Amino acid sequence: MSERDDDLEATEHPQDGAPIGPDPEEFRARRGRNIAIAIGLVVFAVLVFLVTVVRLGANVLDRPF
Amino acid sequence: MATMTSAITTSRAPARWQDYVQLLKPRVMSLVVFTALTGLVCAGQPIHPLLGAVAVLCIAVGAGASGALNMWYDADIDARMRRTRGRPVPAGRVQGADALGLGVTLSLLSVMFMGVALNWLAAGLLAFTIFFYAVVYTMWLKRWTAQNIVIGGLAGALPPVIGWAAATGSVPLNAWLLCAIIFMWTPPHFWALSLYTSEDYEKAGVPMMPVVAGAASTRRQIFIYSLLFTPLCLVPAATGLGGAVYLGVAGLGGLIFLVLAWKVRRSRAGDSADPRNDGRLYDVKAGAKDARNLFAFSILYLTLLFATLLAEKLLGLPGLPVLIAGGGA
Repeated sequence: MSERDDDLEATEHPQDGAPIGPDPEEFRARRGRNIAIAIGLVVFAVLVFLVTVVRLGANVLDRPF
Repeated sequence: MATMTSAITTSRAPARWQDYVQLLKPRVMSLVVFTALTGLVCAGQPIHPLLGAVAVLCIAVGAGASGALNMWYDADIDARMRRTRGRPVPAGRVQGADALGLGVTLSLLSVMFMGVALNWLAAGLLAFTIFFYAVVYTMWLKRWTAQNIVIGGLAGALPPVIGWAAATGSVPLNAWLLCAIIFMWTPPHFWALSLYTSEDYEKAGVPMMPVVAGAASTRRQIFIYSLLFTPLCLVPAATGLGGAVYLGVAGLGGLIFLVLAWKVRRSRAGDSADPRNDGRLYDVKAGAKDARNLFAFSILYLTLLFATLLAEKLLGLPGLPVLIAGGGA
């Protein structure tokens, strides 16, 4: 086992046995931010679709083929 | 910004989505939405409800973006003021770079979407408003001159013009009249507030009028601006924008505004600080009650003026005979 593997082992399994990672508070905050971004993106995509429909209307077929 | 120091705390609390919402200054945003909606409706041009909603949304997001840019640049000032030290950047909950990224992204999105969905005149005006608030006011005027909020007030006055432009693709006299009303309202409104919060501004090194010119000069200028502002509020009744109800509200409210401004002129508001006052922003220092009254009434008066215009238009109430032609609505 190389020195780097030893370091990884120590990082993933610290002495108290708890895995390294976001604590519950950080996890909740990150999850909340991710959900907010997802909602924002979905709303934006739906708005672009609806605006396109309203702006084009029946004119969507009024073009040379 | 260059002097951003240890006044900004480093918090271990993770940033929540609510912190990013706070960066957008939702209270300011709600006022912007209200005035923009008034401009949009008063334009009198039929517009698809969805496009109208998108226009107001773009203006609100643009206002929020400039708020985020302001909080990024002013984090050093905010950290020194009681009113603002709890904001996400000075409190250490959000990194300055994140606030900058949010501001730039939302600015681009709101302007581009406004251009594509409505028209490019409205988009251009929105871009100018964001630039004026974030660069001209925040980065330049605020730290340089006591006239900061007078000139910078243009950014807060433009939303009804953008709303009007979004609906019609043009900006006639009546649109600029709405802008002028908010523009002339800003100095007495903010200076009344600054008369009893000037210590905060002094501590932060912001050259607000009471800090630079003194309380007596500020009180005099509040009254002068009030003398110019209140007759201006009557003009929409002459251009066909406002009806009889508006004329009544503007006239009666204007008189009350003038009386309150005169009381501030005669008061000692801002002259001395009461060291016992370490409470909230709207706590009143001894002798500053008149300034607080004018500050509170100024918000009510502007809200009533715009709400009346909105109601008259939505209810289809007839306007008064046009005395000044070319209003555009």
